[in-house]
Parts: sequence; C-alpha cells; structure tokens
Amino acid sequence: MSVKVKNLLKIYGAQRAVDDISFEAHRGEVLGFLGPNGAGKTTTMKIITGYLPQNEGIVEVCGFDINSKPMEARARVGYLPEHNPLYRDMYVREYLAFTANLHGVLNPSKQVAEMVERTGLGSHRHKQIGELSKGYRQRVGLAQAMLHNPDVLILDEPTSGLDPNQIVEIRQLIKDLGKEKTVILSTHILGEVEAVCDRAIIINKGKLVADAPIQVLKKQFSGQNTVIAEFAETVAPKLLSSIKNVVFVKNINKHQWQFMSEGDVDIRPEIFAFAVANRLTLLELRREENSVENIFQQLTK
Amino acid sequence: MLPIFFKEINSFFSSLIGYIVIGVFLVLMGLLMWVFPEFSILDGAYANLDTLFAVSPMVFMFLIPAITMRSFAEEMQTGTIELLATRPITDWQIVGGKFLACLALVAFALVPTVIYYISVYQLGNPPGNLDSGGIRGSYCGLLLLAASFSAIGVFASSLTNNQIVAFVMATFLCFFTYLAFDYLSRLPIFFGKTDDIVQSIGISYHYESMSRGVLDSRDLIYFGSVISFFLAATVLSVGRRRW
Repeated sequence: MSVKVKNLLKIYGAQRAVDDISFEAHRGEVLGFLGPNGAGKTTTMKIITGYLPQNEGIVEVCGFDINSKPMEARARVGYLPEHNPLYRDMYVREYLAFTANLHGVLNPSKQVAEMVERTGLGSHRHKQIGELSKGYRQRVGLAQAMLHNPDVLILDEPTSGLDPNQIVEIRQLIKDLGKEKTVILSTHILGEVEAVCDRAIIINKGKLVADAPIQVLKKQFSGQNTVIAEFAETVAPKLLSSIKNVVFVKNINKHQWQFMSEGDVDIRPEIFAFAVANRLTLLELRREENSVENIFQQLTK
Repeated sequence: MLPIFFKEINSFFSSLIGYIVIGVFLVLMGLLMWVFPEFSILDGAYANLDTLFAVSPMVFMFLIPAITMRSFAEEMQTGTIELLATRPITDWQIVGGKFLACLALVAFALVPTVIYYISVYQLGNPPGNLDSGGIRGSYCGLLLLAASFSAIGVFASSLTNNQIVAFVMATFLCFFTYLAFDYLSRLPIFFGKTDDIVQSIGISYHYESMSRGVLDSRDLIYFGSVISFFLAATVLSVGRRRW
C-alpha cells in the first residue's frame, strides 16, 4: 500500500476544508482526484506531502507516517504543486541538479540527463527557467518531481495551461509512470480522469462522495438512461413526452431529441414504435453512456 | 544544508546582488579610509584601522538586510517554499543553508580589506608598528556582528513575503540590537548597575570589547546566543503554517 489516508480532517477557522476523508492508493495505479474548485483537493495533497499538518487523521506513505517519520515519507514522494512554483532565475539543469542534491541522489548528473530526456526538455536544458514557455515549465515541474525516482507521485493539476498537444504528451507520460508507481493527480478536467486514471475519488465540500474505479462509477450511475433520437420531420415536444417511460425530453438540435428514462428500462423500442405509429422517419437512435461529466454533476450538485 | 548553501551563493553571483554588495562595500571603505580627508588614514597621525571597524557596522546595517531580504520572502512570494519544505530536509537545514550563504557573502567582501592591513602595516613608523592583536580581535568581532545581522535579516525575511518590508524590518532590528541599548542605557531611569546591564544587551558593547583584542568568552557566548536566538525564531516562523 503506497498511500494510506485515514479519517483526515483539516479545519480552517470554522470551515472544514477536509472532512473525514479516507482512501488508499496502490502501486501501479493512477488515482484521480476530482472535485469543484475549493473542494479540498489541494489541501488533501498538501497534507499528504507533509506541507500542511492535519488536525486529525493518519497519513502514511509507503508505511511511513507523515508526522512521526517525515524524512522517510518525504523521500518517497515526488510533488508538483498547484501553480508549479519554480526559481525563474535558475537554469533548467542547474535547478534539476539542485533538486537531485537535496534528495541525495547518488549519480546526479546521470539522473538529471535522464529526466531531461524523458520529459522532452533536451533542447531547452541550457535555458533559464524564466525564459521557458508554460508547457516547458510544466515539464521542468514534472522532471523535478520524478528526479529522485519516488514511489509516489502527487501532481496537482499537471496539465493546466497546456496546449492540446502538450496535454496528450503529458498524459501519456503520467500513464507510463502509473505502471510502476503510485500516481495521485488532481484535475477539474473530467476527460482527463477518463483518459488517464484507473480510479477516481470525487470530493465535494471537503467530503468524499465517491471512490471507485472509473468503470464501476459509470455503471453505478447508468440507472438513468439517456437516448438520442433524430427524426426527419418536425415533432411537437408534447407528443414526445407522451412516450411510455420517458421522464424528460430535451431538444438538442432542430430535429434531434434527448430522452431520459428512470430506471434500467430501455426506451428505444418505445421510441421506434412511436415513430412508426406517427409515420415519422427515424434517422438516428442511440443510447448514450453516462459520462464522467454527468456523474460529477450529479454528485457535486 | 550544503545544496541550499551553494544554490544561494550561485544566485548571489548569477544575479547582480553579490557583485553589488562587495563592490559597494569596498568602494565605500576605500573612499573613507584613503580618500576623504576627514576620515582618511593618510590625514590622521596614527597607523590603525579604526575607521574600518567603526564604519563597517553602519554599512552592514544596510547592506546585510539587502542581501538577506529575498532569502525567504521571495520563496514565499513565488511559492517555491512549498517544494523546499516538502523535501527530505529539516527546516533547520533550510534556514542554516541560507544564513551561512549570506554570511559567506559578507565574509567575501571583508577579505580584500586585508590589503588595508598590509598597507597600514608598511606605513607605520617604524613599519609594523600597529596593534595586530586588536585588529585580529576586531575582525573576529566584525564577523560575529555580520553573523548576528545576517541572522536578524533572515528572520525578518521569513516574516513576510514582501522584500521591501523584510529589508526595512531587518534594518530597524539591526539598528536596535546594535545601538539602541547603548543609547537607552543613558536614560536617567537606569543608574548604578542597571545601566551597565542594559548596555550589555546591545551588540555594540560586545563588539567594542572584542576590538580590544581580547577574546572574552562572555562576548563569544553573547554573539552565539544572539545568532541562535534569531535562527531559532526563523525556524519557528518558517514552520508557522504548522501551528
């Protein structure tokens, strides 16, 4: 068990920023932290890295308690903070070498060269960090987090501010890392969770509202079915809502309609029968799987 | 501690801070000791380095806060303190590394003043007629004073994320610990033995005592306590998010 969080509580003034959160993260797993802004994602991560103290609860990293054995725990964590703070006046290689020395890495220059290679910083390694574009700074942030080959990586919004190509690259990097390490990443981009994470934890107002593999999450919330249908002709909405089992109808496009049904009933046969009965031409009929967006909205409403 | 020490030293010399501090100090000292008629050794009749040791504390009072003001204020401003604080190093190592780097820079600035000693040594009549023991003591005192000011400056920097505030606070604290007790002891409310006690809380009392060339254990203990006090306060202040 790489990261173990038990009954974590953090109080700011009268507000419970983190309210009784427990979870575990294992080796070879990418764990996604989801939640609206201010839900307590960053606070939880800061506590795991040992930057902030918790009011109550236990945090263990690779079996070392973050409070009683901080040095052992910190040595096993790689951390990319929220806004990726860096020394702007340092050179890329100089900064990475400094980080390597802080961690007492045995062969610093070799390790730095390897990380520069792995994060694609090769052509920028002699530049000052302040001169780099945001995407490259993010790579420097990732490189410093991975430099000492930690067992646990904690990445707070690793892809924020990157362009789509860079996002794809960084996600691939995180996915590769997740095969051998424990990666905990926070994001508010829901597609990211679907793309890289094996498991998602959803936090809202400091409370844990869901903790399950992505597949399970999707299944759990497929109780409500969504069907998209397109007719060639214009149809009155009133007529559509009279279809059996339909609880909600919404016009998406001119001729495209979204139907929602309660429970596990498949309403597609009913819609087909309706089209036949009313002499309508059915152009499209498909069932939509519940996306993480839907689940997220339902849970954090 | 060493990685932080070298990182700080590097940043002094990769930015202009290091060169400016050393340059300003040496130009100012050179002018006061050899050029300005009122203070110059050539104008005076005595072969000594009194000007150097009398003026340096005043210059350090401004120069050292300028060196130390960014040490923690900048880290807190940019958020890099978060990365530093989550590395497997203690807060003492972070504070110690930064303090020693500032002190080392001041010590660098003092090294070329040895030339003044050699010059005055040659100028004496007969050559070598000067109080070498006193000068050795004064150098020790000046280094300890610089260390105290550095500790104060690092502490002030850890209190705020604004470098200007850090500078002003450090200058004031340096002035206060260096001179204020000396002046306060002259207030009529302190008489008999108490004015001596008040005076001995200030740095100048011990600095002057060391410049007589006698390394008194009481002075060493005093400087040691001032430095440790401010460094401990810095460690507390850096870790204040934990309270």
